[in-house]
Amino acid sequence: MKRVLPLLCAAVFATAAHAQEPVKIGMLQGFTGPTESLVKPMALGGEMAIKEVSDSGVFLGGRTVVPVRGDSTCIDAAAATAAADRLVTSEGVQGINGATCSGATTAVLNNVVRPNGIVMISPSATSPALSTIEDDGYFFRTAPSDARQGQIIGEILVAKGIKTAALTYTNNDYGKGLADSIQAAYEAKGGKITAVAAHEDGKADYSAEVATLASAGGEVLIVAGYLDQGGKGMIQAALDTGAFERFVLPDGMVGEALTDHFGKALDGSIGTNPGTDSPGASMLAKLAGGKGFKGDDPYVPECYDASALLLLAMQSAGSTDSAVYKDHVVKVANAPGEKIYPGELKKGLEILAKGGDIDYVGGTALELIEPGESAGSFRETVVENGKWKTVAYH
Amino acid sequence: MEFANAFALLANFVIVPAIAYGAQLALGALGVTIIFGILRFANFAHGELMSFGTMVAILATWFLQAQGIGIAPLPTALLALPVGVLGAVAVAVLTDRYVFRFYRRRRANPIVFAIVSVGVMFVLAGVIRIVIGPDDQSFADGARFLVTYRDSKAAMGIDQGIAVKQTQVITVMVTLVVVALLFWFLRRTRWGKAMRAYSDDEDLALLSGIDPERVVLIAWTIAAALAAIAGTLYGLDKTYKPFIFLQILLPIFAATILGGIGQPVGAVLGGFIVAFSEVTVTYAFKRFLAYLGPEGWAPDGLVQLLSTDYKFAVSFVILVAVLLVRPTGIIRGKVI
Repeated sequence: MKRVLPLLCAAVFATAAHAQEPVKIGMLQGFTGPTESLVKPMALGGEMAIKEVSDSGVFLGGRTVVPVRGDSTCIDAAAATAAADRLVTSEGVQGINGATCSGATTAVLNNVVRPNGIVMISPSATSPALSTIEDDGYFFRTAPSDARQGQIIGEILVAKGIKTAALTYTNNDYGKGLADSIQAAYEAKGGKITAVAAHEDGKADYSAEVATLASAGGEVLIVAGYLDQGGKGMIQAALDTGAFERFVLPDGMVGEALTDHFGKALDGSIGTNPGTDSPGASMLAKLAGGKGFKGDDPYVPECYDASALLLLAMQSAGSTDSAVYKDHVVKVANAPGEKIYPGELKKGLEILAKGGDIDYVGGTALELIEPGESAGSFRETVVENGKWKTVAYH
Repeated sequence: MEFANAFALLANFVIVPAIAYGAQLALGALGVTIIFGILRFANFAHGELMSFGTMVAILATWFLQAQGIGIAPLPTALLALPVGVLGAVAVAVLTDRYVFRFYRRRRANPIVFAIVSVGVMFVLAGVIRIVIGPDDQSFADGARFLVTYRDSKAAMGIDQGIAVKQTQVITVMVTLVVVALLFWFLRRTRWGKAMRAYSDDEDLALLSGIDPERVVLIAWTIAAALAAIAGTLYGLDKTYKPFIFLQILLPIFAATILGGIGQPVGAVLGGFIVAFSEVTVTYAFKRFLAYLGPEGWAPDGLVQLLSTDYKFAVSFVILVAVLLVRPTGIIRGKVI
């Protein structure tokens, strides 16, 4: 009996001892492939949030958290699935921050996340298709869908009383997707797209494309392209021929280079791009200082927020079981509750531990909408005297 | 029925741009046709030769701008153009000396020459990207418009205006001068006649004592000068980007073959026909017809034969049609 007791004790306390092991979070990002330069600071941002929670000493009664990296690539769905499978089955992660690209995210969601029932939050997959995909409530994203910007542009156009518009887009997935969502949103609100013409980047002359759009007419020309590519050429040709005088410019077109080039000729044009007046973004930039990456690099705030959201949801649920804490993700992200900014995760964890409510704002002014994706904050700008001027946030 | 508006609309979007584009193609096609007439091969490096000349002209323009030298309201690039011509001629003569002459002495097959010119094209393209980079370069300065859309609209008192860019007028003027000079040279001067004789019958020309190397040198000089002028005018009117000189090769070859290979008059004619075809086939005539039709009526569709995405296909179609129906071109030229 003397020998059996310690064994029994060991068996009883095994679960307790297990509970003191670090919580593992998978960092499933495209470390190699087309997004490798983007991902390096993103992963560091995501891991910074994990370290912040781990060091706080109040996470689930003092447990630590460690990140485990997995390479989702960006274009190889099989590699992404294998990496996610390794994270879940052999590393035993309790949540995944990833994947980076929409294609890899879809594959991981279907092949690993749903069969294993593990929560995944993507910081950067923006395909509109991910809004309608079946996810059993396990998938979230801290980046807005591309469709969201289309809706915002549709709202702005209608609010400004613009009834007809011509639309041109750069001939790739981004341009086509954005153009489709702008057209759908604008026409649903009663606007009329007179003509849609794609333009190829890298050509010298866009007068033929502009001539087509001019023939169809429209009060403004919506240019869903790139400001250093065909988008600029389209505007040039439109101004030269007097076809259009006002332009609506989505995120790829908003930049100083455009106003530097055209100056006052663009006056009255409307721009939208992701942006927020929330102090979270600059707080994150300050937090990242001296850590080898920039807090305001693309998708770094989203990645920080994805990690933070996973851990705050666990704290809120008091469990690392995905099936339990998946229902807490939206709760901690949205009002009501105390607003939590980057660097204040400890405060958030303490409030949750006491049974309070938080509204995680983070670096992106995060607000989750159905079905579990960021509403996205967009900045509306107008060109005045050849300079961008911020007029509103949406 | 509003004829004035309909005409203004067509002039603004079709006629004026197509004339300028046609002039640029004509200059390019002249260079290709001269090389074909004398050296008897299709020079695929012609586009990059245009690009190289333009690049040199741009570098010279930047230098002049930095020195504060200009001829406002004309673009500074016109002043720099002779430097660009010199640069293009130097490259053309050097490649001939070190590449093409080797094959000429071996009396290589024209197809070998054509492949060699593809090699030259890639090397030149690489050099250009090393020197000036693959990005857009804008070097146009001076007044942008001769007649702006708004001014002409107000002056004519109708709904539609006609914008005429200064660069479009310069393009047409320079083309006229260059083509006149070229024809004068070919018809009136001793060496021009020698070139035509050489092009007509190489052996007879050699028997009558014409120095073949001299003829070849002159041909390269003229072709390179035309290339630099064409490229610079194109860049001034539109934009300079190394990649587009690969694309413009197709309409230029279509113009050359359509006009009749080795025929300078044909090259000019071909340039304008290709330009007008490209622009009219992809133009949406909706509003034009709306002006011509009864009041308040407009066609439902855009009335566009081909989407603008297929602009380059027009050159292909012309090329194939000409080769099938009349391989000699409009003015009877050589057959590749």
